[in-house]
Amino acid sequence: MVMSSLKLQDLIEEIRGAKTQAQEREVIQKECAHIRASFRDGDPLHRHRQLAKLLYVHMLGYPAHFGQMECLKLIASPRFIDKRVGYLGAMLLLDERQDAHLLITNSIKNDLNQGIQAVQGLALCTLSTMGSAEMCRDLATEVEKLLLERSPYVRKKAVLTAVHMIRKVPELSDTFLPVCAKLLHERHHGVLLGTITLITELCERSPAALKHFRKVVPQLVQILRTLVTTGFSTEHSISGVSDPFLQVQILRLLRILGRNHEESSESMNDLLAQVLAVNILGRFLLNSDKNIRYVALTSLLRLVQSDHSAVQRHRPTVVECLREPDASLSRRALELSLALVNSSNVRAMTQELQGFLESCPLDLRADCASGILLAAERFAPTKRWHIDTILRVLTMAGSHVRDDAVANLTQLIGGAQELHAYSVRRLYSALAQDISQQPLVQVAAWCIGEYGDLLLEGSCEETEPLQVEEEEVLALLERVLQSHMSLPATRGYALTALMKLSTRLRGDNNRIRQVVSIYGSCLDVELQQRAVEYNTLFRKYDHMRAAILEKMPLVDRGGPQADEEVKESKEATHLLEPAPVPTEPQASKLLDLLDLLDGPSEDSQQPPPVDPSPEGTLIHLLDLPCAPLAPAPIPNLKVFEREGLQLNLSFVRPPGTPTLLLITATATNASEGDVTHFICQAAVPKSFQLQLQAPSGDTVPAQGGLPVTQVLRILNPNKAPLRLKLRLTYNHYGRSVQEIFEVNNLPVEAWQ
Amino acid sequence: MIKFFLMVNKQGQTRLSKYYEHVDINKRTILETEVIKSCLSRSSEQCSFVEYKDFKLIYRQYAALFIVVGVNDTENEMAIYEFIHNFVEVLDEYFSRVSELDVSFFNAVSQAFHSIWQNTG
Repeated sequence: MVMSSLKLQDLIEEIRGAKTQAQEREVIQKECAHIRASFRDGDPLHRHRQLAKLLYVHMLGYPAHFGQMECLKLIASPRFIDKRVGYLGAMLLLDERQDAHLLITNSIKNDLNQGIQAVQGLALCTLSTMGSAEMCRDLATEVEKLLLERSPYVRKKAVLTAVHMIRKVPELSDTFLPVCAKLLHERHHGVLLGTITLITELCERSPAALKHFRKVVPQLVQILRTLVTTGFSTEHSISGVSDPFLQVQILRLLRILGRNHEESSESMNDLLAQVLAVNILGRFLLNSDKNIRYVALTSLLRLVQSDHSAVQRHRPTVVECLREPDASLSRRALELSLALVNSSNVRAMTQELQGFLESCPLDLRADCASGILLAAERFAPTKRWHIDTILRVLTMAGSHVRDDAVANLTQLIGGAQELHAYSVRRLYSALAQDISQQPLVQVAAWCIGEYGDLLLEGSCEETEPLQVEEEEVLALLERVLQSHMSLPATRGYALTALMKLSTRLRGDNNRIRQVVSIYGSCLDVELQQRAVEYNTLFRKYDHMRAAILEKMPLVDRGGPQADEEVKESKEATHLLEPAPVPTEPQASKLLDLLDLLDGPSEDSQQPPPVDPSPEGTLIHLLDLPCAPLAPAPIPNLKVFEREGLQLNLSFVRPPGTPTLLLITATATNASEGDVTHFICQAAVPKSFQLQLQAPSGDTVPAQGGLPVTQVLRILNPNKAPLRLKLRLTYNHYGRSVQEIFEVNNLPVEAWQ
Repeated sequence: MIKFFLMVNKQGQTRLSKYYEHVDINKRTILETEVIKSCLSRSSEQCSFVEYKDFKLIYRQYAALFIVVGVNDTENEMAIYEFIHNFVEVLDEYFSRVSELDVSFFNAVSQAFHSIWQNTG
């Protein structure tokens, strides 16, 4: 049979046609003999065909080594069809172990420089597949040049070849380093993918490259972000995810770059977390499965504390979830919505939340109402809006609000001078409609009492004109007094309001006097007392009535305390003031020190606002000396020494108080340079109470100048072992120094 | 942390209960009835996580049997949800088409649960 020009296809058919292994072997052997003969004859036209057949046979597992030289000849041929098969043959048949492989180096070099894309592509492919170390070294410069070719096809292949070269010959990384940064600006995903892989390889192999590439972390994150946030791009997306391969490669690279390196990790973290996580969570929210929505809401809630702005994007979806019939979901949505309120969206959000308040189940009402009030307090754009909001909440869910809502509202109204008329009108109309909501009634009664004259004036541009007669106002207040729905506290408000009106109204006060005297025999002791007092005011002290009942000054924020209490606490705090005030800002800085010791208890840092026995505390303070006692039974302790600056602790246990320990920290400076801005902070475990008194100064002059002393008062009610952690910050020799250390060898007598 | 694990049927009879926190015997029945009430009152549309007093209930309904797990805040709800299902699949394999009867009568159920539970921590 003449098989010299047998096409590849026919050969395949024949081989497939063979029924048994032996038959197939026969066919192949025959064909191989022909191929060998043809190679010997050197027929250039059909060489490629022969080689193709040989390659097929090689794929089937039969020996084909005699085709190697033919590969070389084909590669050298100018025809593309030859080159193609030749390179393919080279890739399959030639590898490092064959001596012949070096011979193609020259051909490859020529082809790389040719400028025809397809040929360059072929050459690069071959090089990347079977390039040995020597070949790589020889051809590195060519490949590098090709990295900057115009055609992305060639660039992609060049990058892949570079990857291979790096793998084979790590020393070549220097050649490829500078180009990489430029290549990161690629648009073409293929080249980008290749570049990322190249950088990954470089970083894996050389720490210098690692450092170099840390600089491009922001760029990588930028690429990743565009991938994730831009919408659907048909070219690269796989089931909705745009180019996951590239994303994965970038992530891998970021992982390597971020390893053990704080700064790049940080810059990666916030961008990554933002971009990836929040988007995914947002998508979860839209999922129809309720469980997933629940989880999404919970995670977003946790996230909103650390990263507010990213979650804002999902605000509309969250607000949707408020309307869920499912109780757990709506609760979570409520919490999240409340967390998302900020100054820009407060109006819209409170609108939504108020709508929710109307329809929500009872157990959520209290949370919702207090949440709205809190949000209104923090972000109210105008006072009028604030008052309106509170009013609406009170009307809707009055019985569920917190107790101090009344106090807050009265204080707010009191403070907003211009809105007195407006608020009193609103409250009057609200009260006229419904006297069952106790907080509302209380506020309204107070307002009417205070600003009754404004109510009767009749004109206020902010609401519709409301003609109110004196009699109507009195009748309303009487109704409140008599209603069985009113709490005793509410009645008290109403009664006082009536009294105030006696000075504000122009008519005579008979009706008021009547009501007041009736209540003089009321069963409720509180009301009775008030009524009797007011009665006396009418009868005996009528001349003082106007002065007593004039408009209230603005109550101080912080609660309705009796005046004497406030004065007392002011005195008590005054003496404690100098010590705790400087510790206040320190306390917040201390809090991050305190993972070792569980933090000083909060109350020790803030002066007690209403001291139960103010005089006792005063005496206490006056008793204790603020300077260290001369004979100290407990030995001093040197806790810190650095470059001439020494810190000593001396302990005193005053005999009267077994749980108190006074430590005096003395900082001395034996060095040549001054120590300035010296701050000493301390931390103790939770069961102790620590008070740092003001230091004597913050500069320790050089060479034994006046030391800085500071007294620490530690209360140890449980007689627990004392642990003390100190933090020093100061400037010395022009440098700022910060030292944190734990005092280890505290003498036992200090706490026993 | 899982506080308790209950398998209760629709009539309120407890088929299996395991408590990992001390609860008095008489309080247990009250707890179980309340829990089953809150689970029964929910429709199939609503999510399987309920907030009850100071912990969360995660429940799944299989025919007439409710499996309810009470956890505190540290636990991942979806993980527990899938854990319940995993457990049911194990039972299914063991009893080949498990039914409520099997659960009430065989000690093996509680043992199986315990070994799974310990492994997953």
